[in-house]
Amino acid sequence: MAERSRVTPTESGSWARSTAAATLVGIGLMAAVDEIVFHQLLQWHHFYDRSTPTVGIFSDGLLHTAELIAVVAGFFLLADLRRHGRLVPASAWAGLILGLGVFQLFDGIVDHKVLRIHQIRYDVDLLPYDVVWNAGAVLLLVIGTVLALRVRRRMAGPSR
Amino acid sequence: MSIVLAHSASEPSGLDWLPVLLSIFATMAYLVAAARAGRTPTGWSPLRTAAFVTGMVLLAVALSPTMAARAHHDIRVHMVQHLFVGMYAPLAITLAAPVTLLLRSAPLGSRRRVAAILRNRSLHLLGHPLTALLLNIGGLYLIYLTPLYALATTNETAHIAVHVHVLAAGYLFTWSIAGPDPAPRRPGLAVRLTVLVVAGAAHSALAKLLYAQASHWPAGVTISPVATRDAAQLMYYGGDLAEVLLAVALFAAWYRRRARRVTAVPGEVATPA
Repeated sequence: MAERSRVTPTESGSWARSTAAATLVGIGLMAAVDEIVFHQLLQWHHFYDRSTPTVGIFSDGLLHTAELIAVVAGFFLLADLRRHGRLVPASAWAGLILGLGVFQLFDGIVDHKVLRIHQIRYDVDLLPYDVVWNAGAVLLLVIGTVLALRVRRRMAGPSR
Repeated sequence: MSIVLAHSASEPSGLDWLPVLLSIFATMAYLVAAARAGRTPTGWSPLRTAAFVTGMVLLAVALSPTMAARAHHDIRVHMVQHLFVGMYAPLAITLAAPVTLLLRSAPLGSRRRVAAILRNRSLHLLGHPLTALLLNIGGLYLIYLTPLYALATTNETAHIAVHVHVLAAGYLFTWSIAGPDPAPRRPGLAVRLTVLVVAGAAHSALAKLLYAQASHWPAGVTISPVATRDAAQLMYYGGDLAEVLLAVALFAAWYRRRARRVTAVPGEVATPA
């Protein structure tokens, strides 16, 4: 609500909002991909891992619920920007990729390593999996950042 | 009442059809009022009418004698019942805006009485998303993690009370989060979103607990853990879908409100057409 007062309907305001709204969608989508591919199809880690404490169950549920709402919220924010002619599609794509990377890195570091809610696989050497998982996340973040900054530079250019 | 208590699940009685009859009666009343409201200049959206009919069909199916008899023996059928009665029917009925329709159709005296109820302080407290959350999800924890489930399968009064509570609490929660009906002193979007996230988390956590402890819960009944796990998965994924639909309802209302607000505030529109 705070940005309502300071953001004037300029291109840079649209840049930030388009990026942020799509980042929300990206975070939710990557969480959903994780759940569908790894929990349900491959069944590498589960719906519920038996080693998980009760607190872990609740935090996992919180993450899962937040992910669904993030996708819905993000789409409505994008629709609202588009309706007012403020959507910057290139920023939105950059935001989407950033969001994918943000969630994957969060999952890889916080869920897998810090909270140990679940691991990618069990009864295997985890190192290669962790490296691929987190390197993939960093790659997505780099691509997203480069795209976002390119759009911003292009937009800031003519006005200066 | 003694007849009700003596009645067992195997012998049908007239009371078994009561939920279906009530659904039909409510549908007729709504259709008559909607038809009358439709003839006024402001009209009445056919989508709202469709939502109400959907909600009543879901209720009638879930509480029909056939489903009730099957749910008695199979926790999976019971869980489908729970999803219909506690989540999908309340969502459809909420979106049908029955209170708005009532306010437009009822005679002046009744309208005043409804308005007075809506202004009542205890209703504001009851209708706060947090209260609704406690009644709704708290009720579910009581049903599945205490001997209440076992009691409801043997005691007819407890059985009816549980169904009535699940429906009423589900409706109250849906209305407090995203109802188009008048809701005085409804908290802002941030509070309602937070409550929705917590509710979804608590619902999925309960489903996971049931899945993990399928041999322990529900307490006091002998159900194969396989059936309980299936029911827990139904609860988990069915709950997800209901929650997404509720989030869509909430944001759709926000999207419509913003269209009005943005065009109403001068200087807010980026490109005045």
